[in-house]
Amino acid sequence: MLNSTSRPLASRRTVLAVGGATTAAAALAACSGGSSGDGGDGGDGGDAPAADFEERGPITLAKGKDTTGKLAEFLETWNSEHPDEEVTLIELPEASDEQRGQMINNAQAKSDAYTVLGLDVVWTAEFAANQWVVELPKDKFPLDDLIPATVTTATYFEKLYGVPFITNAELLFSRTDLLEQAGLDGPPETFDEMYAVIETLQKDDPELLGFGSQYSKYEGLTVQAAGLVASAGGGLFDAEGKPHADSAEALTGIQTVRDGFDKGFIPQEALTYKEEESRAAYQDGRLAFLQNWPYVWALGQAEDGSSSVNGKMVASLVPGFDGPGSSTLGGLNLGVSSFAKNKGTAVDFIAFMVDAVQQKEWGLATAQAPANVGVYEDADMLEAFPFLPQLKDAIDNGTSRPAVVQYGEVTQAIQEAAYACFSGEKDAEPAMKDLQTQLTELTAK
Amino acid sequence: MAYLLLLPTLILLALVVGFPLGLSAWQSLMQTGQGIDPATGLIIKGDTFVGLENYIDAVTGAGAGAGFWNAFWNTTLFTVVGVSIETVLGVAMALIMAKAMRATGLVRASILIPWAIPTVVSALMWQLIFDANGIANRLLDYQVLWTTEGWQAKAAVLIADIWKTAPYIGLLTLAGLQTIDKQVYEAATVDGANRWQTFWKITLPLVRPVLVVAVLFRLLDAMRMFDLPYVLLGTLDSGQTLSMLATDAASKTNFGAASAYSMVLFAYICLVAFLFIKLFGADVIGDQDRSPKKRRVPRSLRTTSEGSMP
Repeated sequence: MLNSTSRPLASRRTVLAVGGATTAAAALAACSGGSSGDGGDGGDGGDAPAADFEERGPITLAKGKDTTGKLAEFLETWNSEHPDEEVTLIELPEASDEQRGQMINNAQAKSDAYTVLGLDVVWTAEFAANQWVVELPKDKFPLDDLIPATVTTATYFEKLYGVPFITNAELLFSRTDLLEQAGLDGPPETFDEMYAVIETLQKDDPELLGFGSQYSKYEGLTVQAAGLVASAGGGLFDAEGKPHADSAEALTGIQTVRDGFDKGFIPQEALTYKEEESRAAYQDGRLAFLQNWPYVWALGQAEDGSSSVNGKMVASLVPGFDGPGSSTLGGLNLGVSSFAKNKGTAVDFIAFMVDAVQQKEWGLATAQAPANVGVYEDADMLEAFPFLPQLKDAIDNGTSRPAVVQYGEVTQAIQEAAYACFSGEKDAEPAMKDLQTQLTELTAK
Repeated sequence: MAYLLLLPTLILLALVVGFPLGLSAWQSLMQTGQGIDPATGLIIKGDTFVGLENYIDAVTGAGAGAGFWNAFWNTTLFTVVGVSIETVLGVAMALIMAKAMRATGLVRASILIPWAIPTVVSALMWQLIFDANGIANRLLDYQVLWTTEGWQAKAAVLIADIWKTAPYIGLLTLAGLQTIDKQVYEAATVDGANRWQTFWKITLPLVRPVLVVAVLFRLLDAMRMFDLPYVLLGTLDSGQTLSMLATDAASKTNFGAASAYSMVLFAYICLVAFLFIKLFGADVIGDQDRSPKKRRVPRSLRTTSEGSMP
């Protein structure tokens, strides 16, 4: 459906040409729709049969691409130690939407093709509520070794549906030269402080863009909104899953960024920023402050001339209100498909993946933040990633995105509201009021 | 006997066209259950039959159908404006390609390059061009935030789409131009027709059957546009088309609404194709006995053109 179907030069009837044109769309809906009725029956009453965690044998791991080859090494190690419980990697497409689509299709067909699933942190609620993944026995994993905030991302209704493998949190990247110029000895902790610095700097250099983060209309905007509201001491949802989008805290969080846009401390072009656009602006030296994921560090410190800020970067917690703010957490959890065989092996394999040895190797090879606490004090890791203590703080302080079943609708509603406010189309109060109405409707279903 | 021979074709068509279509139509009358048990957070029920509710939601813009009219008008805008400009540019390109005296191959190849590039790739390319600090803004010497909500985003989609698909119309029109007998032009010259008259009275009427089919295909294509706005603008409302709306609903496991949008798009495409064929008489069916109304060949030229029509 992505590219146009072949030109129906041979077809003799218009009807056919037209039919062919839409068949792709129709078939897509029909195929996935046909089996959804069965999928929905899975969880009636919540008395799902207890999963058998003793069964052992070969399993599969379904996850996005293994870009570094490290995963293949892990599997080799595991397979040589467990010849009867071999793990095969199934590489899913790179885009997380497509990974999710394939996993859902698989679950609706009740296929046992995927055993261990690599789940984005925001899918936990949907996969758990639909019973596509099984509840995991907490005593089989070294949960005490994992950062508590990451375990929260894999928890739904106080039950564990996944084990955090990697995590992530955004950091504030400042520039030492500009901080010095503004007379500060460390990065700002709050928005007010940061805006004051930008105001000073912009007096000398009106071209300087100030602060940038991901304000384009996509998942990144939900990351921003959830983080802002949490930094202000609130939450878009409470522990019971009730929305509070129009709370005073939520308004403060959103309004502060809107003020930044209005006063020119955040450039209008930030409305087009995704991760890479904002990184480019910072790396070109146009942005004074950047909120982004830790991957920026290595690229920003590059000495091949691609970065004009190398050697001037300093990482700290994202800006907040009364003190440092809270970043939204990213990352990947490992869950077990409800329809798979050999769940015993799957549990053992997940425990192996989150063990400190594998976690350290993974961190060094991929520069992704491990979920295992011990790795953050490791000398090799600290040498490779000097901002690791700040990252650990950011993760400890981190916020989960809303754990709601209809995450797709909820994140879209949040993006609409935040975008309308940041782009100046609506004021914060009406935007968040509308959002509250929408979220109430969505979660009441 | 004749029907018996047609049977395999009919069965095949029923399987690959009729069956999914019927299933979609049926699915569009359902809503996927999202009832949640408050104690365990687990989903309770499956599909329920809701009749035409998905369609009514779409038309009234209630609940899940909120984006319907926006997507509908976007689809219409991209189709009408896009295809109109493409047609004019395409015909112009065809005239240049037909006339190119030197380096014919080079001119034709260079005009066809945009069509040969996969849409997703060209969308990524245009994304770079329309970046806040991209080439487009450097050339304009003014910062237009192309990928933010508003008319500029629609313009960005249209520019990228026209750039890519005008060559398609150009190519098909060129094929049509090459079948026109040179004698017709010679006769026109003898009659003292100027270039403008030649174009309107000879070239356009004679190339029309081919052009109409090319435009029809482009119409059908443009109406189910998906990849270009999806890659260029993501989920911005300004670029949302009906196909994107259907995909979006499906990805939220809201298959009922997704099917309903697909069915609406299907009906819309059928309607437009039908009207277009009625109005312009596109010869898609390969019907030999055309009514005289469909061929406005100037009376004086009719005898000459008769034998050279494709």
